[in-house]
Amino acid sequence: MNGDTKKKSTPYTVPIGPVHPALKEPVMFTFQMEGEVVRSVDFAPGNTHRGIEWMGMRRNPVQIVHLTDRICGICGVVHSLSFARAVEQIAEIEVPPRADYIRTILHELERMQSHLLWAGVAAHELGFDSLLFLAWRVREQSMDLIENLTGNRVNYGIVQIGGVRRDISDEQRPIIEQGLSYYRGLLDQMKTVFLDDSTIRMRCRGHGLLSYRDAQILCAVGPTARASGVAMDVRHDYPYCAYGDLNVQPVIPPQEFGGPQGDVYDRIIVRLLEIAQSIDIIQQCMDNMPAGEILWEKKYPKLLSVLKKAQGEAIGRVEAPRGECMHYVRMDGNDAPATWKVKASSYSNLMSWIPMIKGEQLADIPIIVASIDPCMSCTDRVTVIREGSAANLTKEELTRLSREKTRRLSQC
Amino acid sequence: MLTDIILTVAGAVLVGIFGIIVAFFLMGIDRIVTARMQARIGPPLIQPLTDMRKLFTKENVVPANAIPWLFNMAPVVALASAITILLYIPVGGFPPVLSGGGDLILVMYLLTLPALALVAGGFSSGSPYATVGAQREMVTMIAYEFPLAVVIIAIAWKLTVSGIPLPFMLASVQANPVWGLVGPLGIIGILILFFVLLIVTPAELSRIPFDTPEAETELAGGVLVEYSGKNLALFTLTQGVKTVVMASLVVALFIPYRLSAILPTPAILQPVLDLLFYLVLVVLVSFIAVSLIRVSMARFRINQVVSAYWMYLSLVGIAGMLLIMADHILGVV
Repeated sequence: MNGDTKKKSTPYTVPIGPVHPALKEPVMFTFQMEGEVVRSVDFAPGNTHRGIEWMGMRRNPVQIVHLTDRICGICGVVHSLSFARAVEQIAEIEVPPRADYIRTILHELERMQSHLLWAGVAAHELGFDSLLFLAWRVREQSMDLIENLTGNRVNYGIVQIGGVRRDISDEQRPIIEQGLSYYRGLLDQMKTVFLDDSTIRMRCRGHGLLSYRDAQILCAVGPTARASGVAMDVRHDYPYCAYGDLNVQPVIPPQEFGGPQGDVYDRIIVRLLEIAQSIDIIQQCMDNMPAGEILWEKKYPKLLSVLKKAQGEAIGRVEAPRGECMHYVRMDGNDAPATWKVKASSYSNLMSWIPMIKGEQLADIPIIVASIDPCMSCTDRVTVIREGSAANLTKEELTRLSREKTRRLSQC
Repeated sequence: MLTDIILTVAGAVLVGIFGIIVAFFLMGIDRIVTARMQARIGPPLIQPLTDMRKLFTKENVVPANAIPWLFNMAPVVALASAITILLYIPVGGFPPVLSGGGDLILVMYLLTLPALALVAGGFSSGSPYATVGAQREMVTMIAYEFPLAVVIIAIAWKLTVSGIPLPFMLASVQANPVWGLVGPLGIIGILILFFVLLIVTPAELSRIPFDTPEAETELAGGVLVEYSGKNLALFTLTQGVKTVVMASLVVALFIPYRLSAILPTPAILQPVLDLLFYLVLVVLVSFIAVSLIRVSMARFRINQVVSAYWMYLSLVGIAGMLLIMADHILGVV
């Protein structure tokens, strides 16, 4: 080997992002490649920071609920529910049981449409566009259901502090039943199309591996963690809304598919089975839905005056389609909350990219990146700009900043 | 002598124009058929033409770290070589324009030229995506070349042992359909080779599942990522003409029939009938080899492309060739 060939074999850099067809939202990847194989990977989020928390801290909680709907284009219910639950805990508001059931139904419908959307995206990342179109056609039914129940396809505006803004009428029940039976009839077909296809299996089985141990160390959540065998699900571990009354078990790849192996294929399995689980949960909710009020307090001025007096802090946790989503709210007797912190599920999942991608081929990057269903606009809460350009912070600096913030919070 | 040259040049120009028109037609049909299979409506038939017209009005953007002369030359070479192949294979039911000048071996070599031009263009555009795409294009080319050669050699060998002069000439393949020369075992062999050539076609055309060199979601267009405007239009056109070339090659090798020879028709109508029959066959072949495979599969990884061609398809092709040989030996005994 002479010096020339040696020089060529050194790793070369392939940048992917912040804008790239493989990425649905901006994030910057830098891959060190050796031929087609990824040697190491680094990524930099922070490209879609919109300052939503800043906006929220200048509004009252009822206004913020509508802002939370817009944190993510898909998880409208998740964020508004999570925020509402935090505020309800601070103000000690009791949500009527019927509202809890309606929240659960919408929450699960949202999970279904999110997983179907993901299935289409995953198929597209694999270059299987037919499946993308078919998956998204099937998804329309859940979007129609959501539109029927809330009035909107996205940004539903359904969750209100202390309940929900719309009831499910008796005329709407058959529409929901019809939608559920449509999906029940499709489930087997979807399993065949996604899990029995040899090209999908070839591309996904054994790729993007995240071991049980890594999933725990890196604090992965949701389907990403469950595909690696970590049995965690906020709906089961820390029931909220109507989940305490229902039978919800974390979905882990079953033995018929070889048990949890933590690869991309397992993440497809988990999401498909969760669609089935959601259908089941909605059915249980429909069957057991209690009658009654849907709001703790109908009059806004009264609700607002209660919220203004509220003092304290709380965390609202819900199981988003992508994993656990958390809203921390601290109120100090003013109109606006003193602190509002959003931690979306993708924030916990992003680090699992690094063990997943290392050693894989360039061709597998899009599907592996997509396999955790990243949602960058949910995740990006911080952008540091110094002298006009984005700055990198070291671990020490970040620790110092977080300690300063905690001290600032505990003083107020 | 002079009239011969003028006739050949006129024929070449006509075939070039004809090839491009058929290319647009096939691209349009492919898009509609694919859309229908994916539960979409799809664009009108003339959409590829409209796209092309728009691309030709656009500016060529040359990246700062590209090699401009190579970057700009690659699309021209690609299109020119793709059209040149058309002159050597029977198109539209007519004998090849340059029938005396070249044979199947030449066609095989010419088929690599557009791909090589694409590779040169990719490497010269100075983008990491294009570089990876160009490497993949080369690997894909090496991968599908062997099964393609197996098909052509098997057919030429059969023609040779059947005592037909000049077995590599497309005119003799055209005149003596292989199906008539073999027994039942050989027919199975030819069917296998037919299948192999149909599977080689999407790789030759960089279509899913073998579109690894372009791979939209991975490489954002790969070899073509830096191309824009007129250069991109030329490459797209090359792709279309290559579709015509591959479909015509499949038709010439395996379905070399002319409707006018079977149906009694007036002499004037014969070329029209042959042309229509040819168009039907070409659409059929491109439907199976391009649209149908494209909608029913995910993209392969590059190592899967190589193993698919080198291992499985080559073995299948050789099996087909052996069947034809066995059929011949048994027939002689």
